[in-house]
Amino acid sequence: MSFVISYVKKYKTRAVLAPLFKMLEAIFELLVPLVMAQIINKGIAGSDTHYIIRMSGVLIFLAVVGLMFSITAQYFSAYVAVYSAAEIRRDVFAKILSLSQGTKEKVGDEVLTTRITNDINQVQSGINMVLRLFLRSPFIVAGATFMAFVVDVKSALIFIVVVALLSVIVYFIMKNTLPRYKAIAAKLEKVLHLTSENLEGARVLRAFCQVDNENVEFQNRTAELTGMQISTGKISALLNPVTYVVVNIGIVALIYVAMGQVDRGIILQGEVVALVNYMGQILIELIKLANLIVLLMKAYPSAVRVQELMEMKADERHQNKFNTKNNLLDGAKQPGTINIKNVSFSYNGGSEYDLENINLVIPGGSTLGIIGGTGSGKSTLIKLLNHTYDATAGEIEIDGENVKRLEDSQLSEYFGVVPQRASLFHGTVRSNLSMKNISMSETDIKSALNIAQAIDFVEAKDGGIDAEVIGRGSNFSGGQRQRLTIARALVGKPRILVLDDASSALDLATESKLRAALRRLNWKPTIIIVSQRASAVRDTDQIIVLDDGKCVGLGTHDELLESCETYQEIYYCQFPREEAK
Amino acid sequence: MENKSQSKILNRVLIELREYDLEIVISVLCALATVVLSLRIPILTGRAVDCIIGPSEIDYDGLIYVLKEISMNVVATGVIQWIMNRVNNHITYTITKSFRDRAFAKLQHMKLAEIDSHPHGDFVSRIVADAETFSDGLLMGFTQLFTGVLTIGGTIYFMLMISWKIALVVIIATPFSLLLAKFISEMTYKYFGEQAKLRGEETSYIEEIIINKNIVRNMNYEDRALERFEDMNEKLANASMRATFYSSTVNPSTRLINNLIYAAVGVFGALMAIGGGITVGGLTSFLYYASSYGKPFNEISGVITEFQNALACADRLFVMIDAEEELNNGSANIDSAKGEIEFKDVSFSYDKTKRLIEHLNLKVEPGKRVAIVGPTGAGKSTIINLLMRFYDIDGGEILIDGVNIKDIDIDNLRRNFGMVLQETWLKNTTIKENLKMASPDATDEEIIEAAKATHAHSFIKRMPYGYDTIISPENGSISQGQMQLLCITRVMLNIPPMLILDEATSSIDTRTEQKIQSAFNKMMKGRTTFVVAHRLSTIREADVILFVKDGQIVEQGNHTELLQKDGYYAKLYRSQIA
Repeated sequence: MSFVISYVKKYKTRAVLAPLFKMLEAIFELLVPLVMAQIINKGIAGSDTHYIIRMSGVLIFLAVVGLMFSITAQYFSAYVAVYSAAEIRRDVFAKILSLSQGTKEKVGDEVLTTRITNDINQVQSGINMVLRLFLRSPFIVAGATFMAFVVDVKSALIFIVVVALLSVIVYFIMKNTLPRYKAIAAKLEKVLHLTSENLEGARVLRAFCQVDNENVEFQNRTAELTGMQISTGKISALLNPVTYVVVNIGIVALIYVAMGQVDRGIILQGEVVALVNYMGQILIELIKLANLIVLLMKAYPSAVRVQELMEMKADERHQNKFNTKNNLLDGAKQPGTINIKNVSFSYNGGSEYDLENINLVIPGGSTLGIIGGTGSGKSTLIKLLNHTYDATAGEIEIDGENVKRLEDSQLSEYFGVVPQRASLFHGTVRSNLSMKNISMSETDIKSALNIAQAIDFVEAKDGGIDAEVIGRGSNFSGGQRQRLTIARALVGKPRILVLDDASSALDLATESKLRAALRRLNWKPTIIIVSQRASAVRDTDQIIVLDDGKCVGLGTHDELLESCETYQEIYYCQFPREEAK
Repeated sequence: MENKSQSKILNRVLIELREYDLEIVISVLCALATVVLSLRIPILTGRAVDCIIGPSEIDYDGLIYVLKEISMNVVATGVIQWIMNRVNNHITYTITKSFRDRAFAKLQHMKLAEIDSHPHGDFVSRIVADAETFSDGLLMGFTQLFTGVLTIGGTIYFMLMISWKIALVVIIATPFSLLLAKFISEMTYKYFGEQAKLRGEETSYIEEIIINKNIVRNMNYEDRALERFEDMNEKLANASMRATFYSSTVNPSTRLINNLIYAAVGVFGALMAIGGGITVGGLTSFLYYASSYGKPFNEISGVITEFQNALACADRLFVMIDAEEELNNGSANIDSAKGEIEFKDVSFSYDKTKRLIEHLNLKVEPGKRVAIVGPTGAGKSTIINLLMRFYDIDGGEILIDGVNIKDIDIDNLRRNFGMVLQETWLKNTTIKENLKMASPDATDEEIIEAAKATHAHSFIKRMPYGYDTIISPENGSISQGQMQLLCITRVMLNIPPMLILDEATSSIDTRTEQKIQSAFNKMMKGRTTFVVAHRLSTIREADVILFVKDGQIVEQGNHTELLQKDGYYAKLYRSQIA
């Protein structure tokens, strides 16, 4: 909550003015019964037509000024709610960008999206409602009571009793229902979960004839939910009737007491009418307040969830500690040299390493193959090289400089990474290819497309390199997407090119053309190819074989085929012995 | 047209509600009583005021009588309202539950074509959100409409009773506040449209960046992503401001008109009172009616949209509940089938305008292994869909041990197949419960034995709660490969006579795959097996290899035959070897 308040504070003046104007409006509203009382006492009793007409002018004045105040208040509260929510949204977005890959994966993409969209929308309407109503309702209750005292102290004591009773009732009912609403939401969540799980698993469930079990489970969950809803409903069903009875019995008592006061000549008939009116207003506002609290209780968890996200640990990589703009690198003799020294890594920082004791030198301009089964640590190793993660132990140097001392912007210049999943961004081919550096010339882009074997289909599209790319690149085939991501990595001539299983969607002819083109690159980058398939890596200068996070072989294809058991297993599984000569 | 279909839905709703006849009648009667009783109170209060004219002008007995009447009225209203709330809650929640249960039950038998072609989130939102909106909207809508109309009628009646002249002022002036409200919401409609559009754009941008966060980082694109977001966010905020502010002027504006009516009634009433046309008490009652007269109108206009919304939700639910089920009119049993499978002149396509499988003939002897090979998207999984009757064929017949699969009880048919698919799916429950899915009576020893055979035991053992560890999507500690091992174990525990392995080891690394090979061999031994795989080693050993291309089986034969044929298969084989 404090988190939301800190944003609202930036609009302090408006945030104060909004409820203030609401209060002014309320004061004008509270004056109406007094005016009516005067009309009754002086106008009617004194048969004073002029007075009545004058007073009607006052009533109209109150209504018009009330409108102006209230619209001003609506403006300020909308302003504060909308713009502070926008700032929260902006900061949450920045926060998401800064989360480490590990945290992001742990939390999940969908959750992140919901927090920044739905949850913040909830917070926005929550802020708006609080500014508009939260002060107004208590103020009217207090104001009506105060006015009652102004009119007649003895009758006003009844107000005190009624307000106290109402507060106790509302408090009691809220206290007993609010926690239940939370429980209901949790139970509904379970129903939702089972439904989507059931849909995902439709084939398996049918194959295993689980229909009856699923139905029973679902009905149990809805029964639990319904039971909870009905039992909560029993309590909340009391709110309206009980408050109604209390207030109206209060009116009865009020009239009875007022009768005595009138009889003694302390107040007049008009005042009795005013008092009854005030009592009625209290009821209306208390009910509004109760509804508002329910609404806020729904927005509150959203605020908490957003705050949780904001408090997540940001990317905690060692970065740019020494802040050296590194010029050393420009003079590197063999640009693109990578030195991996005794590197170990664990995703959750535990003692079980996901990568253990990796030592490897990749000379600039050479090619490296990384091979191994799923979960062997291939992609992890790549993520350490370009400093997506910090190595838990050991050091990685690029052209003699520790990656921890390189800025992300420098690293992104050195590395061209083609990820496993070929994913493009909404925009144009050009905008996708110029993500790294906006000032790319058309020639640069075309030459990258050319190498990636993508130039033909791009030029065939409407608009050529300015052809539209729709969300996720779904207007391109899988193979085309993959070639575009390769082109994207090539733009800017990175010193190190990483292909993480990057040709899986290409047909053989294209793949071999691509390989040939990569071999001919004039700036001679270091090329790292990650694959499960031996055929993809066997022509590289050296191959590192990973198994369960450990390096179990390092050498050329022929050497490994001689000496490395794991490599043999992989190779012969894919190329049965007799065919493989 | 639209009205007609709406009345159709309404009819259906009414039929569905018959079960709740008694409760609905009680609810309606309670609403009626509440309205009548509560509308009488201002009249009584007015009378009470008339008993207190001034010092020594007090009708004590009359006052006590009226106050007693008010008290009784109030308590009765309270009690009846409470009963009504309880009944309404009961109706709403029970209807919601019943619709949810029925829709869910329907999902279990719905044609897979329907499930496959439909976004799952849509079904989920029907069951979760629509069911509630429907029952809520229906009941709240109905009660509010009913009490609203009654209150308006009652108010007019009581106002006319007190003074028809002032009543006319109220009746004529009130529509203005409604018109104003309508005018403002029409004006703000376009702002809401703008807000929705920008919000949608921003959301897809957020999704895109979140999904591709790693690329964003690799490209050092964060700053520009944020810049672009700020730009969109500012536009959204401005649109949102317009929508929120303009729409929030509705209440103050209608309040203004109501306040003006109040003033008019006050003045006219007071002027009349001087001439004795109305008492002060009468004026008091009148003022109350005048100020509460507009409220039900506002409620009713809200109710109509809510009601339409509820009907739309009802419609979506009905469509789901009435969806076609998969046919199951077979009664034959093929328990412990030999596993002879024959496709006779089978034709099938997903999209009836595009031809897919046509006149497929294939006979598989019991215990043989069939491998299905071909490029992605060629329809390899289609054959599996047909065998399991996830989809029904358009022409020809499929026979198992000579029995047409349409004549076999669908559950019985499926029980005779063991299935491991590429997409691993496990229930959100313990590992043990998942493994026992096909064999609920399996003992712990049997489970462990099966898990050992598939090399799953060692990682299960290392889980925090071993076999009692709950599998959940958030639980990232289980890898895809491990999930697939669990799926294989699930089948191992109770191996049916026929097997379907659709890329069953795609997420398992080569070494583990080799380790569990003996388990697989044991599993397949003597059982008719359909294998979809991309690993040549698996394919080579099959008795029959089907090469599928564009839904057609273009080649059929064993490894050696197909190599000799020098067609698609030979080409694929060589390309992988080269």
